[in-house]
Amino acid sequence: MPTVEFEGNTFNVDEDGFIDSFDNWNESWVRHVKEQEGIDELTDEHWKVINVLQDYYQKNGIAPMVRVLSKLTGFKLKYIYELFPSGPGKGACKMAGLPKPTGCV
Amino acid sequence: MGDLPKPDEMYESIDHTPPEEEWEKIESPITPGRYAYPAKDKNLSIMEFRTPGEWSPADEEWPLPENWQQIIHEGFKERLEKYRSLKIFMDTCVRCGACADKCHYFIGTGDPKNMPVVRAELLRSIYRNDFTTAGKILKKLSGGRELTKEVIKEWFAYFYQCSECRRCSVFCPYGIDTAEVTMMGRELLNLLGLNINWIMEPVANCFRTGNHLGIQPQAFKEIVEFLCDDIEEITGIKINPTFNRKGAEILFITPSGDYFADPGTYTFMGYLMLFEALGLDYTLSTYASEGGNFGLFTSSDAMKKLNSKMYAEAKRLGVKWILGGECGHMWRVINQYMDTMNGPADFLEVPKSPITGTVFNNASSTKMVHITEFTADLIRHNKLKLDPSRNDKFKVTYHDSCNPARAMGLLEEPRYVINNVCNYFYEMPENTIREQTFCCGSGSGLNTEEVMDLRLRGGLPRANAVKHVHEKYGVNMLACICAIDRAAFPPLMEYWVPEVGTTGIHELVANALVMDGEKERTTDLRFEPLKEEEDEADEG
Repeated sequence: MPTVEFEGNTFNVDEDGFIDSFDNWNESWVRHVKEQEGIDELTDEHWKVINVLQDYYQKNGIAPMVRVLSKLTGFKLKYIYELFPSGPGKGACKMAGLPKPTGCV
Repeated sequence: MGDLPKPDEMYESIDHTPPEEEWEKIESPITPGRYAYPAKDKNLSIMEFRTPGEWSPADEEWPLPENWQQIIHEGFKERLEKYRSLKIFMDTCVRCGACADKCHYFIGTGDPKNMPVVRAELLRSIYRNDFTTAGKILKKLSGGRELTKEVIKEWFAYFYQCSECRRCSVFCPYGIDTAEVTMMGRELLNLLGLNINWIMEPVANCFRTGNHLGIQPQAFKEIVEFLCDDIEEITGIKINPTFNRKGAEILFITPSGDYFADPGTYTFMGYLMLFEALGLDYTLSTYASEGGNFGLFTSSDAMKKLNSKMYAEAKRLGVKWILGGECGHMWRVINQYMDTMNGPADFLEVPKSPITGTVFNNASSTKMVHITEFTADLIRHNKLKLDPSRNDKFKVTYHDSCNPARAMGLLEEPRYVINNVCNYFYEMPENTIREQTFCCGSGSGLNTEEVMDLRLRGGLPRANAVKHVHEKYGVNMLACICAIDRAAFPPLMEYWVPEVGTTGIHELVANALVMDGEKERTTDLRFEPLKEEEDEADEG
């Protein structure tokens, strides 16, 4: 499994650069993905999305569907794309340490 | 999709010139964008398949077990004895080439090994060499070749560049079902633990949690309630579907994509609104919370395990019959394999519509009715109040989803429903619809991001036909009855025909459906105004 070294931490990542397990997530990982995503500064709104994703994941073992994420954060999908240029999946979920959903999606 | 060429560059790059040399001499490169990531051990082990550890198809050395040749040989032998169809398909091809240019992946890549005849020949050449007298004596002269590690790589490359859509089979004078050749190829690879994660994770999730996405019961219930809140906002009507309710007349099963991913969620809302308007006695199940069956893309054993859950749940709940949603390959499993695999489902009753009294004798064995048959019957008997003008901003065309079209012959009912709920419907050219429909390019578990190059190329023939009706009639909405379609079309259209959206049929039904006690509708199910602004409506 490939690894990423960042701020003295070593993260195992999958082929798309998602962290191997939510258990290995920490705030340093967020700063690593922030660089990849080209986000200048992490705001409270970024953190709101990350926290909502993580709470939902811890409760349900999966990321929320996009419309639920919108409702829980109060942000329209378009705005989530402004916050995370790669979108809710490849941007926000990745940063929050969640795996990608699979199936007919 | 950052690294992709521009559409016209991709289009120009396709070259169908046949190579000079024989196909056996052409190397099979493992190209990024054309292979999916391998299955992870954690998912393989849930299904008790061999776990090869971490590897990549791009690796020079693949993690094969020491006795890999023996495993393949014995696996092949066992399947030839078990499936008469496989032996016939291995023996009968005369290499006439009728199928050669019918495959969307060949059309989109120009790669000769994507001709269905050559794809099958990858397996057939080993069959000739190892299992026929002619092959044993004549070797290469009879078209046989030895099983090498390169052959395994080639199988992996090309059996995962086939979406098992069966368009080629329509043109085969012998009726060879090339999808089953691919299925056998994948089964054999699976014996070595060589599979792709986009298939194996849904299989493991479905087996363990109840659906491909791994959505747990409480989350399923919450999502459905969320969608019901949206329905209430749009119609003023509060729906309270039941879950796992014993004694319900009907069990409704649909793919998990329908209640997780847009635009499938709007189709799911459509189902619920229809059932509410009818007062249907139905229930949803958190155990059988998946219509799809990625086991079909893995092995017959995996397919059987996943399919059995639907029937076990129908039995446990004591329902009379099963109503199935807008899923694609589920219907291939139900119509072609279920009966001999887990059937007959004689603990259920022959489906009978409680609204019209119609008996669905076509489903007398599987006890499972497709929702467009059900809805077409309702419309035919004038049981629905419909206002098709609510869909007037949509100029609709219909993509025959491969499996309902070719595996169950469901051709008229979807069109009948669309024509009754929409005023503007236009057909794509006749060699791209009905039995000859072109695949979305992402079927059979190939709807993953890392094979986007393959998906866009494979989806080109379909997109090209959509583009034709877009330019000719101003078509702006592509309807389909498959959750993989609904996941695959948005990026495909975005790339080739960005002006066209994607919808399921029951989203259109629910837009048009006049429900008793509803408030005046101002938006469609997507919370967008029913009528386009004037200047937008004039476009195209």
